Parts: sequence; C-alpha cells; structure tokens
Amino acid sequence: MSFEPKIVGFLCNWCSYTGADLAGTARIKYSPNLRSIRVMCSGRIEPTFILKALYEGADGVLIAGCHPGDCHYQEGNYKALRRHRMLRMILPGFGIEPERVRLEWVAASEGERFATIVDEFTEEIRSLGPLKVRDSLEMVLSEDVILNLDTAMEEGGDANEA
Amino acid sequence: MAVRIGVYICHCGTNIAGKVDIAKVVEFAKGLENVSLVKDYKFMCSDPGQALLQKDVEDGLIDRVVVASCSPLMHENTFRKATERGGLNPYLFTMANIREQCSWVHIDSGQTTDKAKDLIAAAVRRAFLLEPLTKREVPINPRTVVIGGGIAGIQAALDLAEAGKKVVLVEREPSIGGHMSKFDKTFPTLDCSACILTPRMVSVGQHANIELMTYSEVEEVSGFVGNFNIRVRKKARYVDSELCNGCGACWEKCPGTRVPRKGNVHEKLSLGPTTPIYMPFMQAVPAIPVIDTETCLYFKDDKHACGLCAKECERGAIDYEMKDEIVEFEVGNIIIATGFQTFDPSVIKRYGYGEIENVMTALEFEIMNCASGSTGGKILKADGGVPGSIGIIHCVGSRDKHYHDYCSRVCCMYSLKYSHLIKEKTDAEVYEFYIDMRCFGKGYEEFYDRLLTEDVRFVRGKVAEVTDVPTCKAEEGKLIVKVEDTLIGNVRRIPLDMVILSTGLEGHATLREIAKKCSVSVGQDGFLIEKHPKLGPVSTATDGVFIAGACQSPKDIPDTVAQASAASSAVLSMITREKIEIESATAEVDEDKCSGCKLCNTLCPYLAVKFDEEKGVSVVNQALCKGCGTCVAGCPSGAISAKHFEDRQIFAEIEGIFSGL
Amino acid sequence: MKLKAGIYWGAGCGGCDVAVLDVHEKILVVAEKMDLLFWPIALDFKYKDVEAMDDGYLDIAMFNGGIRNSENEEIAKLLRKKSKTMVALGSCAHIGGLISMANFHTKETIMSRVYLESESTDNPDSVLPLEKWNGGKEELELPRFHQMVKTLDQVVDVDYYIPGCPPVPDQIVSALSQVWEGTLPEKGSVIGAGTRTLCDECPRIKEEKTITSFKRTVEIIPDSEKCLLEQGLLCLGPVTREGCGARCINSNVPCRGCYGPLEGVHDQGAKMLSALASVLEPKEEKEIDELIGQIADPLRTFYRFSAAASILRRKKV
Ligand SMILES: Cc1cc2nc3c(=O)[nH]c(=O)nc-3n(C[C@H](O)[C@H](O)[C@H](O)COP(=O)(O)OP(=O)(O)OC[C@H]3O[C@@H](n4cnc5c(N)ncnc54)[C@H](O)[C@@H]3O)c2cc1C
Ligand code: SF4
Ligand code: SF4
Ligand code: FES
Repeated sequence: MSFEPKIVGFLCNWCSYTGADLAGTARIKYSPNLRSIRVMCSGRIEPTFILKALYEGADGVLIAGCHPGDCHYQEGNYKALRRHRMLRMILPGFGIEPERVRLEWVAASEGERFATIVDEFTEEIRSLGPLKVRDSLEMVLSEDVILNLDTAMEEGGDANEA
Repeated sequence: MAVRIGVYICHCGTNIAGKVDIAKVVEFAKGLENVSLVKDYKFMCSDPGQALLQKDVEDGLIDRVVVASCSPLMHENTFRKATERGGLNPYLFTMANIREQCSWVHIDSGQTTDKAKDLIAAAVRRAFLLEPLTKREVPINPRTVVIGGGIAGIQAALDLAEAGKKVVLVEREPSIGGHMSKFDKTFPTLDCSACILTPRMVSVGQHANIELMTYSEVEEVSGFVGNFNIRVRKKARYVDSELCNGCGACWEKCPGTRVPRKGNVHEKLSLGPTTPIYMPFMQAVPAIPVIDTETCLYFKDDKHACGLCAKECERGAIDYEMKDEIVEFEVGNIIIATGFQTFDPSVIKRYGYGEIENVMTALEFEIMNCASGSTGGKILKADGGVPGSIGIIHCVGSRDKHYHDYCSRVCCMYSLKYSHLIKEKTDAEVYEFYIDMRCFGKGYEEFYDRLLTEDVRFVRGKVAEVTDVPTCKAEEGKLIVKVEDTLIGNVRRIPLDMVILSTGLEGHATLREIAKKCSVSVGQDGFLIEKHPKLGPVSTATDGVFIAGACQSPKDIPDTVAQASAASSAVLSMITREKIEIESATAEVDEDKCSGCKLCNTLCPYLAVKFDEEKGVSVVNQALCKGCGTCVAGCPSGAISAKHFEDRQIFAEIEGIFSGL
Repeated sequence: MKLKAGIYWGAGCGGCDVAVLDVHEKILVVAEKMDLLFWPIALDFKYKDVEAMDDGYLDIAMFNGGIRNSENEEIAKLLRKKSKTMVALGSCAHIGGLISMANFHTKETIMSRVYLESESTDNPDSVLPLEKWNGGKEELELPRFHQMVKTLDQVVDVDYYIPGCPPVPDQIVSALSQVWEGTLPEKGSVIGAGTRTLCDECPRIKEEKTITSFKRTVEIIPDSEKCLLEQGLLCLGPVTREGCGARCINSNVPCRGCYGPLEGVHDQGAKMLSALASVLEPKEEKEIDELIGQIADPLRTFYRFSAAASILRRKKV
C-alpha cells in the first residue's frame, strides 16, 4: 500500500478552524490525511504539543492561525510565528526535517486556501516519507544496531554539527 | 468512581452517513476506554436527538458526553445546553467534527471512516479529562464614566443622560470643551463654534444625570466589565465651587500674570484672563476660576503677602488651603474620549518655530482669530502690525516618515478655513503650501472650490525651509519660505510677513497612562486601538471600555460626534442587558508554582496578567481574561493552566488520534 | 537501626560521588545513620557482594550517572532488585544530564570521532572497542556501548530524584535526612530541591521582559543586580527547578538548567523555547530569524541537561 501520511493540525478557533469549516460547507475536496485539534488561538500552541504529536506518530504537523493583524486576541499569532521559527531551528538536531512542521495563516473566508494547503502539505510529507519517531526509537532501544564503521564514516560531519 | 462516557454519532441524514460507515464507527467507539454507551441517530441536533442525550444524562448512565456530528461552531452550544438540561455541567461535553472537516471534504469512504474514528477517539480521550467549569454572569452597573470632556465626551455624556442613565464626566482641565472651545469658526460651514458648543456645555453642567468633575484626573481603574471601580483625583482649584458665582472680581484685581509681561502679541495670546487666577475662556463650564500656583503671588512667596483675590471675593470663595481630593465611585462602562494634542513643530528646526518671530502654530492662530481672545479676533503680526502676506504650511508633522506617517485629516480643511478668514478680515495675500489637497468630507470639496475663487495662491510642494535671512532687497525684514513648486517645476523663495504651521494631530503624551489604567492598547501611530478597524470602531479589546473621538484617530468634529453617539449607544445596549456572561474557560495561575519571573506579564492582550508585588506571583484577572491561552504557552514553570484547554487535555487528544494505529 | 545503603556511579563525570564527599563533616551524621554497603568509588565491595544480598536488602540505593552501556543498565537493575528505595542522584540519572547530549549523535559517529578522528588520536590500525576479547586465558565479555543515553527511570522504577549537576551537598544531606526521618513525600517526587523555578530563588530584580538581542557570556559583563535574561543572556532559570541556591546566578553566570523542569513540564527545552519566543520583540519572519540566529547552538543550549528526558529523546536515525 502506498504511504498515507498522518498529519496533526492545530487550528485556531476564530480564523483557521472557521476556514476549514468553510471548505466543508463549500464541499471542497481535499486529502483525508489531516486530523485537527481546535484551540482558541494559535498563541496557545506550544512546541511541546508539536513534539508530542511527532512522537506519537504524526508524519507532519500543521499550525494554522489568523493572518498577522487579524488574530482574535490581537497578537497570539505573532507568538505562534516566533515559536515556530525557533522550533524549526532545533528540529534537525532531532533528525526531523523542519519542513514537517508547517505554519500557515488561514482566514475564516479561505476555505479554498485551507484545502489547497492540506493537499500540498500532504504531498510534501508524502515525498519526505514516513517519520516513525517511535519505531526508530524502539529499534535503537532494542540495541540490535551493530557498530558499523561504514555508516559512521558517511555521517562523519555529524559529530561536529547538529 | 469511574468515568462513563456517552458517545452519540450523528448521521446528519446522509450528510455524514453517506460517506462515513456509521456501523463501523459505532463498533469502534464501543471499544474505546471509558466509553459506557454509544448511540447513533439521524439528526442529533433535532429535539429527539437532544432528548436522547439528555435522558441518558438524567438517568445517570453517563457523566461525560461526546457528540460526533457537525462543527462545534455550529452546534456546540446546542449540545452543551442539552447536557446541562440533563443535569451535567455543560463543560463536560465535547464534540468531534465529522461533517465539515470529514464527510463533506473527502472522497474515499474508507479513509473518511478512518478519520472519523480517529477524531472520535481523540474526543473521547479529551472528554475523560474534562473538568466542570462555572458559568459566570456579572451584573452591569448602569452608571458610566466618560473620561475627557471635549466635544466627544460632551456628546456621549449627553446621549446617556438624556436616556436617563447616570454619567460621571471627568475632565482634566478647569473647563470642559476641549479643542473646539478654542475655535471661532468651524469648517466647512463656518458655524460659530461657541454658538453650537456653548449650549451643549451648559446642558452638561446642568443635567441632573451628569456629575461633572473638572480639573480632575482618573488615578486608578480596577474591576472589569459591568463593575469598574474608578478613583479620581480632584485637583485643588483654591476656589470653592459651592460659593463662587463666577463674577470675575478676583481676576480683575489680580496683580499677577501667567503670560510674559514683555511678550509680543503672539506670546500673549490667550482666550481668558491672563492672571494667575483665571478661567480658561469666558464660556467655561463650570464658570469657576482656578489658581495657577506656579504664577500666583500668594503661593510664590513664603509670607503669603498678596491674598488680594480673597479680599476681593464678596462670597469668600477663595481658599488657599484647599487640598486635592480623592473620590471613588463605581461604574459599569467606561468611555474614553481624551482627544488629541497637536504636534510640536519646534522639533522641525528648519521651520523656525520658537526661533523666528511670526512663525505660529494653527492652534495659536485659532486663538488669535477668536473674537473673545486677547486680540479681539484681529489677525496681527507679533509687533501688532497688520500682515500684508501670510503663508500656511500643510502637513507639519503629518505624512512625514520622520514624524507621523498618517494624514491628520483636518489640516487641509482648517488651512482652507484660515485662508477664508484671513481674506475676510484683512487684505493680506495668502499662500497655501500643500502636498495634496484632501477634502473628503461632506461639503469639503465644495469649500475648496469656493476658496479657489477667493484669490488664494496654492503652491503644491513641501516647504523646505522658513528663514529670516534675506538674499535680496525684497526679502529684507520678511520671512522667506523656500519651496519646490512641483507644478511649475521650480524652487521658489517667497517673502511673507507671517507663517502658520498646520500642525497635525497626535495621541496625547499621557494617553498611554490612561490606556494602561483601562487595559486598552495604544497602537504604533500613538492612538488607541479599537476592537476591529471596520466592525468594532468604538469598542476595545477590553469589554466595557469604549472609545470616542480623536483619541482613536485624527478626526473632524462631525466624525467625532458620530463616534461619540455610537459609543454611548453601545454602552446603552450593555446597560439594557443588565447582565453579561463572561468567559469561563480562562487561564489561571497556580500560585504555589509561579516563581515570579514576570515572563508572562507582557503577553496578555487584555493586560489581564498582572504581578502581585505582595505575594510575589503573577495573577490572572478572571474578569479580563478571554481565554486565548497565550500566557499559558509562555509560562516556563507550567504555572498557568488554560481551563478547558489544559496541556493534559490536548495531549490526550493527540494520543487519541494515534490510539487506533 | 542503621539504614543499609549503596551508592553507584553509572555514566557520568563522578561529580555526584564527589558531591557526596563534599558534605564534609556532615558525612559523620550520614555515617551514624547509614551503613554504606556498596560504593565503588570509595569502598572495596564487588558486584558479587551485591548479588549475594537478599532482594530488598538495602534500604536505599543512590544511583548517579546515566545509562550509557550494558554495565550501567545491569547494575541499575541489580540495585533496584536489592533495594527498597531507589534514588536517582544528579542530573544524569534524573534527566540524562550533559552526557545525554550524545543522543544528538549515533553511536557510530561517537566511536569514529573518539577513536579515529579526533585531533589527539593516534590509531593507525583503526582499533575499536570490542565487546568480546579472548586474548587471555578465557573469553572476556566487555560492556556494550549502547546506542543512546537513558535516564535511570527509563530502565528501572525510580522512587525519588535528587537533581543537580552535581546536587548541592547540603541538599543531599537534607534529602537523606528525609529518608531516615521517614518524612519522604509521595513516590516519584523530586527531593532535595524546591517546588518553584530558579527565578523564585534568584535575588536579581525582575522586570517585564522584551528581548531584542542575545549575548554570549563572553561578550558582556552583566549587571549583577538585573535579571540575566533581560540582559540578553540565555538563562534557563525560568524553566529550571530551584534548590541549588542560585549558584551560577550568584557568580554572574546564567543558569544552564541542571536541576531540570518542574512537574507538569513535559520537555524542558521546548518549554523554554516557547517562553522565550513569547517575549521576543520582532514580529516579522526576517527579523525574528535574525534575532534567534544570535543564539549560539540553540539545540544544546535548550537541551543541555535534559536531552534524554525530552519527548523525542534522541536524534532520529
Ligand atoms: C487647529 C485645529 C482646527 C480645527 N478646526 C476644525 C474645524 O474647523 N472643524 C472641524 O470639524 N474640526 C476641526 N478640528 C478638529 C477638532 O478639533 C476635533 O475633531 C475635535 O476637537 C475632537 O474632539 P475630542 O473631544 O475627541 O477631543 P478634544 O477636543 O481634544 O477633547 C479632549 C478632552 O479630553 C480632555 N482630556 C485629555 N486627557 C484627559 C485625561 N487623562 N483625563 C481627563 N480628561 C482628559 C482634554 O482636556 C480635552 O478637554 C480642528 C483641529 C485643530 C487642531
Ligand atoms: S511566567 Fe509563569 S512563573 Fe513566570 S511570573 Fe508568569 S505565571 Fe509566574
Ligand atoms: S489566556 Fe489570554 S486572555 Fe487570558 S490571561 Fe492569558 S493571555 Fe490573557
Ligand atoms: S485567534 Fe486566530 S491566531 Fe489568535
């Protein structure tokens, strides 16, 4: 079977969740790979939630909030933006492509745009392949990985750089 | 006792059932932990659908409710109410959106069914951890405070008072009236400002429903919508307002002065008496003078030798021992109408304001032009002579990236007004130096058209410099305006007798203070931020705090009055409701965990998070919090929790999504 | 009756053992209350002595250091079996510690770096550690270097945690006194530390924060009265449990996070990142990136001590 990514979305109630609902009311069809969690504002979304989702099995995480200047609570989305930019910096250290965590602004009127974003993001994650944080961790913990100097050499730069 | 969750799956006719395999989903839900019953029904939102759930709650079969149906934005309230009718706290209910974000948007039925399962599993895990919350309603005190007594505050106060509601109007200056009381005529109709303003000021002074506090400032605002507590400092006037009848005997005999004795005509400009005991202008409301202790001879000298006014006052109203008074009162709503201040042009050195004689500001010109002012309305040069030529420079401090980016909206129009008045009163040649003419209001373009026929010279270009250094005979003893005339493409030097700087409007230097007290924000432009630039122009992010007039943005009198009436009707609609429900899902600080790091103190858009110096911890004002959760994500101690959106609840949802893997 | 105790040093620098010695004269109090039946760094007992004990024979076992190799893991399991109370002593046992930054690398890169590439290595035959060796009379089995560092509670059930790198000696004594006085809190608690974060204990003046630039400690001499974070130094105090007596802070050095996060904070690094991002000044992506670009090695700054205990635990392979 082809790889069907599983994506977790964190949507703010006022713009993005409403925008996603609008895609529904307009019967716009898009990929079934996203599962959304509703929060009141993107400012509530913590990096911890995203790491948790990745750990539990998400292949990608979508954060969506109101466009800059439109946040229902004025500035929550700027905080989300800054948290996202910082999270991107550390993801490679955990062996995760920063592209797997995407931030988008979706207005309440942008049902079409929401659908397009989900489609595009699903395809992007599909091309990145499954993430499987947990499987990888279990494999490592089972200690059946044997010291292999060939792979060590390939990865050589890693010791000095995140 | 174990938690028993009831899961109700809606077919929504074929809207959901047409795509989602309901039987499979029911089977799946039955297998979930803590689920004690699963039902499916054609239309959950219908009366029988709601009754289904309500009955199971009533019968004590379940103590948590999950409805998998449409979007919570559609029916969350419906099912919350049904849950409540069954006798359960409405916050022990949650929803899985399997229509808008599931059955309606996907094609493959198998994948859609899988998604529905995941969403239900997430909702069930969330439901397990839900906590009851109390619904909070607060009564609305029908009294309102209006801060600022310019035309905006006057209008708002009168509207409310006429509707039979009590109002306290707090004005910082000795009299209400604001800027409008300084004008002789108003554009574009050239109404006499005093004629239209004075009757309103008098009504404010006399209205049984208005308590007027002039020469007073709001010191502290506490509380929240419907229940604000206001503390006001009434500054000492040194004149007893109960005894004084405004006869003026005091200032007529007063030997002191508030203006320089040697000053020229422009430096001595004033609307009211120039003595230390004075009324700001003759139509002042209340018509009671104040003593300026900075210049009063009695206060200046330790022996208190003067005391003349006290001797002159037949009613014994002068009281040099008077002290500031603090008054506290409660109101339900606040209208901020503190207006604006004009831009200080002395920072633009090349215009020479404050350095070169006969360069004056618009506001100074208004006072000079006022029939009741110190020149009796005559337009004069600093030396008292009649000017033969006057230049008016537009956009001073406005539309300029060094000062204010915005357009001040009224300067073009009042500049035109000046041209007309100058032409009416003198034979002077008049120049208007403008960038663009912005005459957008009702009757404004027509007024401009009229001026075009009144022999005014319009020069399109931003003035580079105003100097008194001549380069030829014709410029000697004159002010020279250096300007690029962009219509003829030439730099010109125009010698003039007088220059008026059309200074822009800006937020009060003290606006931030009052804004902070009332928990509203000041924008980058220096004006108060309204709730929504289009749909919420008079409300603010803080419930119960409204704004009107030029404190929100530069505006002319018609717009100011319109906004003031809008604010008062918004307040009226609040008062009529009598009660208001406030957010239950707020943030809360665990005081045992808070370290007092203050990281959260700047995060709340409603300034609900404040530091309690005594306890050394931050606290969330439950009445101000709207539950966005921003501070929760910002607290490094995990000391702030978001009710209904707790970390563990969101974690549970995430786990739920992957529980079927 | 005296308590029977054991102390063990797993993967770590040994600083925790030294901290136990650093209680100075209070060691006498400890000696009066406890019989140390196993302490490889100081006393000559063998593993077989422990193996010979009945299960639950020891009243308390204090394990310091992380779980890096098969020997650490084996002894952790052995001590768990032989003791009534298992205490994780120090950052490595508690949350992984400095050594768990190795989780950002694979075992292979570590081996190759250390035995083949490092500037001071002279290993022309590319000899690497072996797990079995039979050069002598009989075959020897040597500890296997694991793929990642684990915290103590990732391999055995832990009753209490005494945090710190190393724990403050006085706090060790006060935690131990809870043992002999029978005043231990609920199982799973952190002992020998406070219940709030370091900011509570930090004597500096704290104001509202808006961060406009980041500095490294070498770049400025910070004002010793003011909050370090407000001066642009990345202090982990806000996200770190108090109890150390603000040792670093009092030396004008920002907190590095060794006491770990408070209960309920699932990921010390991510939580700090979230808090910090909240108070940065810029709002535009470009300016944000410029500002956060000033943070030197963000990954290891946020996860200096807690990589093994973070949600993701290691670099994914
Ligand atoms: C030179 C000039 C000429 C103008 N000519 C015209 C014209 O011809 N026609 C026209 O339509 N518009 C004109 N305008 C615009 C007009 O002045 C404004 O539209 C109008 O004054 C706005 O009213 P307001 O009540 O909002 O503010 P203001 O008039 O500024 O009144 C605000 C009041 O609040 C008080 N206040 C401030 N802070 C506090 C505080 N903290 N506590 C208590 N009280 C406080 C102030 O003392 C003042 O009395 C002109 C403006 C200028 C600068
Ligand atoms: S961020 Fe958290 S710990 Fe810091 S002051 Fe606010 S509530 Fe207290
Ligand atoms: S949850 Fe939002 S509204 Fe409530 S106190 Fe925190 S930041 Fe303010
Ligand atoms: S409410 Fe949508 S981002 Fe804040």
